[in-house]
Formats: sequence, structure tokens, C-alpha cells
Amino acid sequence: MAGAPVIRAEHLGKRYRLGARGRQSSTAGDAIAAAASRLLGRLRIGRSTEVSDDILWALDDLTFEVQPGETIGIIGRNGAGKSTLLKILSRIMEPTTGFAEITGRVGSLLEVGTGFHADLTGRENTYLNGAILGMKRAEIERKFDEIVAFAEVDRFIDTPVKFYSSGMYMRLAFAVAAHLETEILVIDEVLAVGDIQFQRKCLGKMNDIARHGRTVLFISHNMEAIQRLCSRGMLLDRGRLMASGSIGEVVTKYRATERRLVDIGRFNARGRSGTGWARIRDLRLVDIAGRPVPGRPAEEDLTFVVDLELHNASMVGASLRGLILELVIHSDQGQPLVSLMSIDDEGVELPSAAGCRITATLSGPTFLPGRYRLNAFLGIPYREHVDEVPDALEFEVLSPVHPWRPYELHSSRQIVCRKASWTCTVDAPFAGASVP
Amino acid sequence: MSQVSPYPVALSTRRLAAQSGWSLGRLTEIWEYRELLYFLIWRDIKVRYKQTVLGAGWAIIQPVLTMVVFTIFFGRLAGMPSDGIPYPVFSMAALVPWTYFATALSSGSQSVVGSQHVISKVYFPRLIFPLVSVLGPLVDFGIAFLVLIALMFWYGILPGAAVLWLPALLLLSILTAAAGSVWLSALNVQYRDVRYVVPFVIQLWMFASPVIYPASHVPERWRTLFFLNPMAGVIEGFRSALVGGSSPGWITLVSAAVVIVSLVAGAAYFHRLEGTFADRI
Repeated sequence: MAGAPVIRAEHLGKRYRLGARGRQSSTAGDAIAAAASRLLGRLRIGRSTEVSDDILWALDDLTFEVQPGETIGIIGRNGAGKSTLLKILSRIMEPTTGFAEITGRVGSLLEVGTGFHADLTGRENTYLNGAILGMKRAEIERKFDEIVAFAEVDRFIDTPVKFYSSGMYMRLAFAVAAHLETEILVIDEVLAVGDIQFQRKCLGKMNDIARHGRTVLFISHNMEAIQRLCSRGMLLDRGRLMASGSIGEVVTKYRATERRLVDIGRFNARGRSGTGWARIRDLRLVDIAGRPVPGRPAEEDLTFVVDLELHNASMVGASLRGLILELVIHSDQGQPLVSLMSIDDEGVELPSAAGCRITATLSGPTFLPGRYRLNAFLGIPYREHVDEVPDALEFEVLSPVHPWRPYELHSSRQIVCRKASWTCTVDAPFAGASVP
Repeated sequence: MSQVSPYPVALSTRRLAAQSGWSLGRLTEIWEYRELLYFLIWRDIKVRYKQTVLGAGWAIIQPVLTMVVFTIFFGRLAGMPSDGIPYPVFSMAALVPWTYFATALSSGSQSVVGSQHVISKVYFPRLIFPLVSVLGPLVDFGIAFLVLIALMFWYGILPGAAVLWLPALLLLSILTAAAGSVWLSALNVQYRDVRYVVPFVIQLWMFASPVIYPASHVPERWRTLFFLNPMAGVIEGFRSALVGGSSPGWITLVSAAVVIVSLVAGAAYFHRLEGTFADRI
């Protein structure tokens, strides 16, 4: 490929300090304490040291180039660094290491409707949002009619958006964003708005954008959409660039590694944090016989077994008593679905012992077939995180062996299936009107 | 087919890397984003009195009520001297610039943290946030100023030629509010203590400024120190320009110089931190 790249990234890296993430010394007291400990550390060792456990490289040594007019799909699991990359390219964040050189204006659509104000009318919000996204007033004026027509809100354009239905709101927000005319567009899953019909319209618009010679970087979990829109793909995993090439190849590779990378049904403590004096030693999904399994059929109970132990008992009284265990089941896309807590009614109290085994059973039917993740939390809510393990377990809900419904379960809708207790009564007027 | 650049103009290349060292950044970038600045100010004004019965009437009621309270408590009950000016006019002439300054500083110090949602989703020079907070309340200032003129008319007081100083004094109060806001809004991202400290600072600052008492009431030997407070100069200047009384001296020029230096230093501090705002918020 000839010519100068529009984006050239070299050794791009972004580091986070875990635990402190997002709230680095949020009060002066913390800052003084941190400064004091840094000073002490310096006196003792000569330079401040950083415990490697506490550091996460959200992006790790990324080097790539993007040619003008390319449409790039960025693929990877949650936490692979996709959003971090887009945030760096759109100047929201600074990289910790390396650099990126960008030629031209970057429009970032990491969300639709940024800066929308509920009290302002559709017209006012269009101008405001357009300006926030980087459009000039004249540009918005020129495209105003087109935006309104695209959003299908013409009748309500002078109504405050707080009276809009969520569909109308999203349509207008997307319409403004879609008319942004920067040379480079960076898009994060904004397609997931509105009803199916509007989603299709959005995809069509994205297609137009992609075909008009603009450079697009696009994140989505929707492999079908990404293959339709993008010519090239980049696969990220834990901050590293794993593959780059034609979109078809990259998607295939992603699907393959996805299956291989994840130890489904195996306890994974990689992301653990917390004070750590007590720990989750193991966490597994078991079948009726108590054997660890990667998945269970949808109609069966989901039984999780958790082994807890005191890790550093000398710190606090040698007892698990008073701690709470919480298991949160998430969809594969990271949407939290269900929380199970050991203090729930019919829950258990953790014993005054150095270790124990806890069993939590969620009665079936549970979820639609698909992948799910489990986050585990051991501690005292709002007070102390003793051991928190995100993505502690990935498990599968399999197609039912004995379907309890005569209809097919649609796995595209990630919802929970439960059995309710149903009753049916017939009111007096209807009682007499029965068919003879 | 040869590859033709789809862009008619030559595009500049920008290098994105970790910010190091102190600099003022590209202040010209603010100029490029002037339309956004305008839209955000317009939004703040538009939204401020939405869903209130009295609407923009609040811009009149707030200073007038404060003036009435001050007149009753300080003017009548405490018998505060007012350089021979009727106390209502005396306090209103101070409250108009002071209310502007206090509003601008308190909203300015919250401006970055209060916009965390936008900061984590879209880029524009973050300095826009404190600027919006400092420039927005000027509309209320204008309304309150008209009330002050009406009040002077009522008391039959006519301003002299010194009134020409007003734009310069207003500019000084804008710069003071901007300097404070730029520092505090950046500090607030790192230390949320700022939020609790600012109301106290504003309250103390008011007592350190000649709002309820005349500067002539300050002992002579403290006068120089007293006027190092730029708002003391602004308020005393406002009062003497409009209704007469003692006027601030050359020392106000010194305080103006201090304000400009701290504004420039604040902008550099802000610029040093702005790249990390999205991480810290």
C-alpha cells in the first residue's frame, strides 16, 4: 500500500494502577499518605518501587498503521483494550508509552448523545451535540434538515428531549453523530441503538460513510456487522495486538482463539484484588454428582461450589465469620444479570473457621443457552473488599435436554428464564358465559 | 487507478503521546473551539432557570434580597459606616461584582468534575469547562447591573467620569475568577476536598473584601495588604466609579499583575494535568 498513513502508532501503551484505578488519591489525606509512603520507600530502597500485581497494561506495545480510506474493525473480548485504544486515538486519554501520529481531524463516537440536555429541545440539542462532536455551526445548519429527516423526529424537533421516547432520543443522537464529517471516524458500538429497523438504517449509513473514502475505526461485538463494514481487522487480547489483516481472516482467528483462550469452567483469579486476608481458593460449576463441568443444560439447576480459606489469618481474628460471599452472573457482553449473596434469605453464615466450602444453587430453568461469566466477591459490602475476582469463572448454559417450553429458546436475547407460580381465576361475569 | 487523496486541503499531523513537563499547550486551540464555547455558555444560560416559576427573575431577586438583608442587618442594626452613601446603594454596588465573582468561582471550581461524563467520551480542550463557568454568569451580572442603575436612579445618584473604569474592573474580576477556577477545577479532579473548601474560601473572601463595610474602615497600616486582594480593588473601584467614595490606589495594579501571573501558571498546571483527567475522573 502506497502513500502516507493517516494513523501511525508506535509502541503505544497504557498502564493502569489497579485498585487505585479511577480514584487515584481522591482526597488530600490519601495524597499525603501516598507521598509519605513514597518518601519512605525512596529512603529505604533508593527509588520508589511498584508492585507488579497492581499494574495492568490495558494496551501493551501496539504498533500499527492505517492508510487513508481504510475501514478497520477492532475485535477482542471485553477488557482487551479496544476502548482504551479508541480513547487514546481520539485524545480523551494520553498513552503511557509510545505515540500515535494522526493526520486529519478525528471524530469520536464512543457514545451517542454526549452532552444532550433533557431540558433542551431536539433542535437545541442537535446544535449543542454537533458542537461537542466538533462540528462548526454553519456545518450543522447546512445538515440540519437531513439530520432531522434521518432521525424521523420532525414533528417533535421543538419539544424538549425529556419528552422523547427512548427510541426517538437515540435516533436523534445517532443522526447528529452520523453527519459528522471528519476525515477519521472512531466508533464504539453506537450501532446498538433503537429498534431493528433503525439499526439497519444505521448500518446502511455507516456503510455510506465507509464507502466515501473516510477512514473508520470501528469496535463491535457484532461480527456480522463488522465484516460487512470493515475491510481490515485488528485483533486485540489483553492489550496486545494478536493479529492484523483482512477482516475475514481476523474474525476467523478471533473465533478460534476465543474457544481456545478461555478455560471454560475453570477458576480464573487473574484479575483478583482486595485486602486478601481471606481468599476464594476455588470456584466451580458442578453437575448433580458434584463433578466440575463447563456447562449445564438450561433447565437444570446451576450449582456453584466455592472453597474459601484464610490467607493471612494473623492480620484479623482467625475466622471467616462476618464475611459475605457474592456471586454475580454476567452475560458474555458483560451485562450483570443476577446477584446471589450468602446473606440472602435461605443463605448461610460463614463459619468461625479457617476455611469452608460453600454451595450456591440457582434453581433451573436458569438462562438461555450461551456463555456466561461469574464475578465473585468476598468481603463486607461498602466497607472492605477482601477478595474480589472479576470473571472468576466462565461457564456455558447448554440447550435444554428436556425443554420445558414447546417453543425454541432464542439465544440472541440474553434473558433469564424462570418458572413462576401461576394461577388463573375466572371472574363471576365470565363464569356464566362459558361456551355451552 | 491512482490513489487520490479524498481531502482537498493539506491536513496537519498531530502527535499523541504522554504529556511531560510544563507548557501552556496550544492556547490557540481554544480559539478553534470558540463556537463550542459559545454553545456551552448558551446552554448553561438556557438551562439555568428552566423549570423555575420566576425564570430569569432570579437573577434580579438574588442580589436584591441579599442587598435588603445586608441593609437591615449591617446597615441598620450594626450601623456599619458607608462613606455617606445610602447603604442599599452602597451594598448593591459591591454585591453586583461580588455575586458574579462568587458564582463564577464556585461553578468554575466544579466545572471539570461536573462534566466527567463528557470528558470520558469526547475530546475538546478541557480549559473550555472553567471558561464556560466564568463567562456564563456574566449574563446575570448584566441583569443585576441594570438593577443597580435603577437603584441609583431612585436615590438620585449620578455616576461620574470614573465610570469608564468599569470595563477594566469587570475584566479584572473575570480574570480573578478564571485564575481561581482554572487552579481549583484541576485540583478538584485529584483532590475532591476542593468541593468542601471552596464555599468556605468564598465566604472568607467576602469578609476580606469591602462588601459590607467601606475600605476606609480598614486601618491605614493594613490598607496595602488589604488591596492586594484583587476583589477588594474591584469592589472599591466599582463603588467609587458609580457612587463615589474612596478609590483603590496603585496597589490594585499589583494585584492585577498577581492575578495574571496566577492565571498563566494555573493554565500551565491545568494543561499538565488535563491529559489525565479521563483517567482520574
